[in-house]
Amino acid sequence: MTNLLTQLPPDPIYDRRKQIQERAAATIKRRTFLSRTYIATLMGCFILALIPLGSVIYALINKGIAAISWTFLTALPTQPNLVQQDAIGGIGNAILGTIVIDLLAGLVAVPIGVLLGLYLSEATSRIANTLRAVTEIMTGLPSILLGVFAYEYVVLPMKQFSGLAGVVALGVLMVPVIAKSSEISFRGVPSTLREAGLALGARDSKIAKSVTLPVAAPGVITGVLLSLARAMGETAPILLVVGASGVWDFNPLHPMSALPLLTYNYSGSQYPSQRAAAWGVALALVTMILILSLTARIVSARMRREKR
Amino acid sequence: MEVVTTKTEVTTNMPATKNEIAMQLKDVSVAFSGRTAVRDVTFDVEEKKVTSLIGPSGSGKTTLLRSLNRLHDLTKGAVVEGQILLGDTDIYNDKLPTTLLRSRIGMVFQRPNPFPTMSIYDNVVSGLRFNGIKKKSLLDEAVESSLIAAALWDSVKGRLKNGGTTLSGGEQQRLCIARALAVEPEILLMDEPTSSLDPISTKAIEDLMGELKNRVTIVIVTHNMQQAARVSDNCAFLLMGDDRAGELIEFAETTKIFNNPSDSRTLDYIQGRFG
Repeated sequence: MTNLLTQLPPDPIYDRRKQIQERAAATIKRRTFLSRTYIATLMGCFILALIPLGSVIYALINKGIAAISWTFLTALPTQPNLVQQDAIGGIGNAILGTIVIDLLAGLVAVPIGVLLGLYLSEATSRIANTLRAVTEIMTGLPSILLGVFAYEYVVLPMKQFSGLAGVVALGVLMVPVIAKSSEISFRGVPSTLREAGLALGARDSKIAKSVTLPVAAPGVITGVLLSLARAMGETAPILLVVGASGVWDFNPLHPMSALPLLTYNYSGSQYPSQRAAAWGVALALVTMILILSLTARIVSARMRREKR
Repeated sequence: MEVVTTKTEVTTNMPATKNEIAMQLKDVSVAFSGRTAVRDVTFDVEEKKVTSLIGPSGSGKTTLLRSLNRLHDLTKGAVVEGQILLGDTDIYNDKLPTTLLRSRIGMVFQRPNPFPTMSIYDNVVSGLRFNGIKKKSLLDEAVESSLIAAALWDSVKGRLKNGGTTLSGGEQQRLCIARALAVEPEILLMDEPTSSLDPISTKAIEDLMGELKNRVTIVIVTHNMQQAARVSDNCAFLLMGDDRAGELIEFAETTKIFNNPSDSRTLDYIQGRFG
């Protein structure tokens, strides 16, 4: 190539091209090295970030598995004493209590949250903007505050701890989260689809029901499942308001047991057997949250695929 | 015949007696947040004819088209002035609900936009359902008739339950035409309906428009001058003025616009000297 170039009459472009190619060839080693250094640095940061996460998961699985057995998952808890120090029983009612509280909170929060999200995505009035700001702020509320709220307005008037108080706290916690994620999904619906509906003479409510909602459904459902997962792991409000229960009783007006609560109580126990069991409770909780999160992913992926 | 081209007094050179008038535009201006996008447009849309709007980018063709079915109502700060008459009804001032207006004036958009969660069948009847029609026999009838009219029936009749977005781009656009036709609108607005399609699909849709004329009045915006020449009977040429607002330069029969335009700017444009 150099030969070919030198045989040609002098030409500023050939000259420049030659300079560029020579420079590029001369620096290639250095540039490759730099590029690899960057990648290595990024990998290092990634691994560094994984270490704490990995340690937690390792400890959780390692210590949790040891505690878990069929009896542990299905039986009622028992209180160890000095004679029977290992009698911890099971966490069956706490698992079901967690599910019941979470589902009831979802039952209340999902319709409100989704409709609020729909409203926020469509409306542009000053009221809507204010509501949007309020929703945003509410997603950042410390959850302990909702625990205090439910304690003051549910537990004290009823004069007893109850699952219902947990439902109220978690429900209020979920509404803004669901509203926010639904709003984003609804906004993602192409405006051309709305226009197509309008151009056919559809009212806004009809478009919302027949076009916007179905198209946004995968995103909305994912958001709902993730907020259920998040609420399931919420500890602070649950600690304050649901009380404790050692029996099979899922009347929301009565005290209930829940996994975050047990994890908290057990990990501070004087009995080594209970402290070990805390890992098992945590593992059960994390597993349930993981199942919800995975379901969210699978559902949204499947619904998105079906549309094509 | 003569065309007055001073900007406030553009008149049509078509005698109103020759054909029925489906829609009249009188000094129509559209502004967005105080900035005028298209100004003082006056012309008549003849019934069962194809009227094309041509002009370079920014001349306000699409803006004008979207004012005809009040689609600007969605846009904050949009103001439409002047009169648009559908028959005797001023579509902006008389108390005609926009939903009823839009069921009488259909629209096909630049990109095919079938409802992705609906089947072919459901897409076609969506407009009818939106307008409260539930009778199965009527829906079935509308599906066959509009898909035939959109030249899509033969290729989809065996898979009406399939998703609307499983079709190819050109088929999707014909599905959208069928969806608009199912409501039996008096006027069909088409906003560059072939701009995202390949030449074969484009030809199919152009051929279709010739047949659709028998049942519906068409107003089409197109960037493609050959398309305007091929498909339209009347043609409006718009151009962006000095203040960046679109103006109607000339409105006449398409043959006149392309063979013997009255305004030198029209001649420049159709000869490709700008735009």
